[in-house]
Amino acid sequence: MSIALSRRALVTGASLTAASLLSGCDRLNNNPTFREALFTTENFHRWAQRSLSDRHSLAREFSPEDMSPFFRGNGTLNPNTEGYKALWRNGFADWRLQIDGLVNRPLSLSLAQLLGMPHREQITRHDCVEGWSAIGKWRGVPLALLLKAAQLKTNARYLLFHCADNMDSAHPYYESIDLVDAFHPQTILAFALNDEPLKVLNGAPLRLRVERQLGYKQAKYLMRVEAVSDLRQIYGGKGGYWEDVAGYEWYAGI
Amino acid sequence: MSSTDIRPSIIKRHRLSTRLWHWLNVICLATLFMSGLGIFNAHPRLYWGQYGANFDAPWLELRRFPGWITLPGHYSLADARHWHLAAAPIFAFALLLYMLWSLLNGHFKHDLAFRKGEIAPRHIWQDILDHARLRFPTGEAATRYNVLQKGAYNKLLFLFLPVLIFSGLAMSPGMNAAWPWLIDIFGGRQSARSIHFIAAWATVAFFLVHIAMVILAGPLNEVRSMITGWYKVPPEQEGSARS
Repeated sequence: MSIALSRRALVTGASLTAASLLSGCDRLNNNPTFREALFTTENFHRWAQRSLSDRHSLAREFSPEDMSPFFRGNGTLNPNTEGYKALWRNGFADWRLQIDGLVNRPLSLSLAQLLGMPHREQITRHDCVEGWSAIGKWRGVPLALLLKAAQLKTNARYLLFHCADNMDSAHPYYESIDLVDAFHPQTILAFALNDEPLKVLNGAPLRLRVERQLGYKQAKYLMRVEAVSDLRQIYGGKGGYWEDVAGYEWYAGI
Repeated sequence: MSSTDIRPSIIKRHRLSTRLWHWLNVICLATLFMSGLGIFNAHPRLYWGQYGANFDAPWLELRRFPGWITLPGHYSLADARHWHLAAAPIFAFALLLYMLWSLLNGHFKHDLAFRKGEIAPRHIWQDILDHARLRFPTGEAATRYNVLQKGAYNKLLFLFLPVLIFSGLAMSPGMNAAWPWLIDIFGGRQSARSIHFIAAWATVAFFLVHIAMVILAGPLNEVRSMITGWYKVPPEQEGSARS
C-alpha cells in the first residue's frame, strides 16, 4: 500500500515537475536577460573555433563526382522587385557592384569587369542552418583581391553585404563578416555555380561564399559591399537580416 | 556484513563527483534532447553521406515533433539552437572532467571495469534471468553494480555520449575546417547528423531502462543515494540475485 502510494506520488510528482519545468523553460526562453546570457554562448563557440583553427584553415574541397545532382535554392528565390527585374531583363549589363564605406578608393564594378578578374574555383559543401547540405562548384573573385584594390581604411572592422532582395519586411536582406573571414582565401564573390552563370534562385548575378559558415551568411543578389567599423547602428544592429529578425547567431561557424 | 544481521545497513554508495555529474547531466541532456528535436524539426529528414537536401533521397523522413517535447515549446530554430549550443559545451566539458576524475579516483577501475568471471556467458545469462524475474541483488551484492548494469553504464559513458559530442561537433562548418579528420570518422556531414540523431535516441532508450530499474529497485532509496550518497542495503534474502 505504502509502496503503491509512494509510486503514485512519485509519478504525479514527476509529471507535475516536468510540466512546470517545461513552462518554466518557455518563460526563461522569453526572458530578455536570460536570452542575452543564452546568446553570449555564441562568443564562446567563435573563440573556441578560432583558437582551434588556423586563420586560413580551409573548408573541405570536393571532387566533381561528390557534387549534389541539384543545388536547391532557399530563402528568396527571386527578389521580384522592379529594379531587380529590370537588371535581369538586360542580362545584368546595367548592374554594378559598389564597394564603398571605409575605403580609400570606392569601386563600381560591372559584371564584365568582375569576369575579367582573377578567379577562384572551389567545390564546397553548403550547410543550411535547417540541417540540409548541398555540394556545388563555385567560381568567383576572391574578396581579398577587391578589398586590396579598394584599400580598406584602418578603422574598417566588418564588411557589410547589401542585397537586392527585400524579404517581406521594411529592410532588405543584408549580411556581414569580420576581416578574418573577409580575407580568407576561400571567401569569394561567386558569379557561377556548376560551370553556369548563377541562376536567379541561387543569387544572380553575384553572391557571397564564406565557406566556414552556414548558408544564411552566403548573401545572394549582391549590390553593394560596404566597409564599416561597427554593426550596432545598422538596421536591427545584429549584423544580418536573420540575426535581426529571428535571433540567429552572427557567427555561423557552429 | 553477515547474512544473519537483520538490521539494514546504510552505506555510502555514490561519490560526490558522480552525484554532481549525474544531476548536471539530467539538466543538460533534457535541454539538449528537447532543443535537439526543435532543431530537427527545421528539416525532419535524414540522409547518409556528405550531402542531402530536399531533392535527395532520405533514409528517414518524419513529421515535426510536437511542442510538448521540444525546447522552446513553439517552433523556433534560432532559439532551439541557442539552447542546444549553450548546453552542449557544459555537457561535453563536464563529461571530460568526470572521466578524468573517475580515472584518478579509481571509480572506473573499482566500479565500472568488468571483473574476472563477470563476463563469462553463464554469469551474464544468470544476470539476464535475474533481471527478467525482477530479482534484484540484496546484501553484499547490492553494494556493487551487476554486470548488465556495468554494461549499460559503460555503453552510455564510452559510446553514446562521446558519439553524441563528436557527431555534433562534426556538423559545425567551423569545426570541419579546424578538424577535417573528425567528419571523416562519421563519413560526411549528413551521416554525422544521422548518427547524432540515432545516438540521441539510444540515450533515451538508456534513460527509459534506467528509470524503470530505479522504480523497480525502490525509487526512494535509489534517488536518495544519488542525492545524499547514502544507500540502504537490502538485507540478504534467499533466492535473490547473487551479484
